Amino acid sequence: MITAKVTVLFKDGVLDPQGKTIFNALKDLGYERVQGVSTGKIFNLKLNHSDPAEAEKEIADICNKLLANPVIEQYKIEVEG
Amino acid sequence: MKFGVVTFPGSNCDYDTYAAVRHVLGEEVEFLWHQDSELKDCDVVVLPGGFAHGDYLRTGAIARFSPIVKEVRKFAEKGGIVWGICNGFQVLLELGLLPGAMLRNKGLRFICRHVNIRVETTDNPLTGALTNGQVLSIPIAHSDGNYYDYPDNIQALEENGQIVFKYCDKAGNVTPESNPNGALNNIAGICNKDRNVFGMMPHPERAVEKVLNSADGLKLFESLKAYYTRKAAV
Repeated sequence: MITAKVTVLFKDGVLDPQGKTIFNALKDLGYERVQGVSTGKIFNLKLNHSDPAEAEKEIADICNKLLANPVIEQYKIEVEG
Repeated sequence: MKFGVVTFPGSNCDYDTYAAVRHVLGEEVEFLWHQDSELKDCDVVVLPGGFAHGDYLRTGAIARFSPIVKEVRKFAEKGGIVWGICNGFQVLLELGLLPGAMLRNKGLRFICRHVNIRVETTDNPLTGALTNGQVLSIPIAHSDGNYYDYPDNIQALEENGQIVFKYCDKAGNVTPESNPNGALNNIAGICNKDRNVFGMMPHPERAVEKVLNSADGLKLFESLKAYYTRKAAV
């Protein structure tokens, strides 16, 4: 069994209204050092695979088909073995 | 002519659309359940508003895998008229039948109110009976209507005349103030290059009688009817 973490974030340059609102709220709270906030989604996957490389290939396919919208989102896969 | 209205689990404008066609427009209409794989000889297929599959993951992301949607794609590819309203528009974007994607509204709020939209093109069945620059008062009701695509693609939409409606003020001026959700170029509705697949965020089915504050939405239904009447006469 292989577990993996997929992080989906907006692509650079795509407006992230939630991130922007949280950023403004942090500034209101006095966190002057915060320079930016972006929001996204995390998916924890369990796969019946023994080869991490094979698993990663399948997860990339899953991301392209469903977990991320390639027009606005990018994804990162971390296979945890 | 016959309209088909697709019902997904979570659709909530399917009955409004049905009523608009049957009781106001006076044409035939049938519901098409998302698990079915038959379009029942409909001339126009409407993907109605709502929250198909709870809008889980992203709006429209799961609905795209419903069996009926495969048939809708085939129908569209053969030139059939497909009309996505609000959530239906979002499904068409996820499906790739229309370009672009929806972001959360600028300002993050769910917005439910009447807006003005301007007809940008009339060389298609949906607005063929209207005039260029005509202003319609039609309500919107959405959280994710902030239309987005890459600048080159937006430019291509403009150049190909694929932008069907833009948010505008009462006089028809397209201004930042009249843009309710942050959509690029004030885009409220678009079509594909072949002009048979339409997506729009405003809800014409909620503006089909004076008692609903506006009957402007009916003009789009009538335009489709006129298109089919003409086609049948040829």
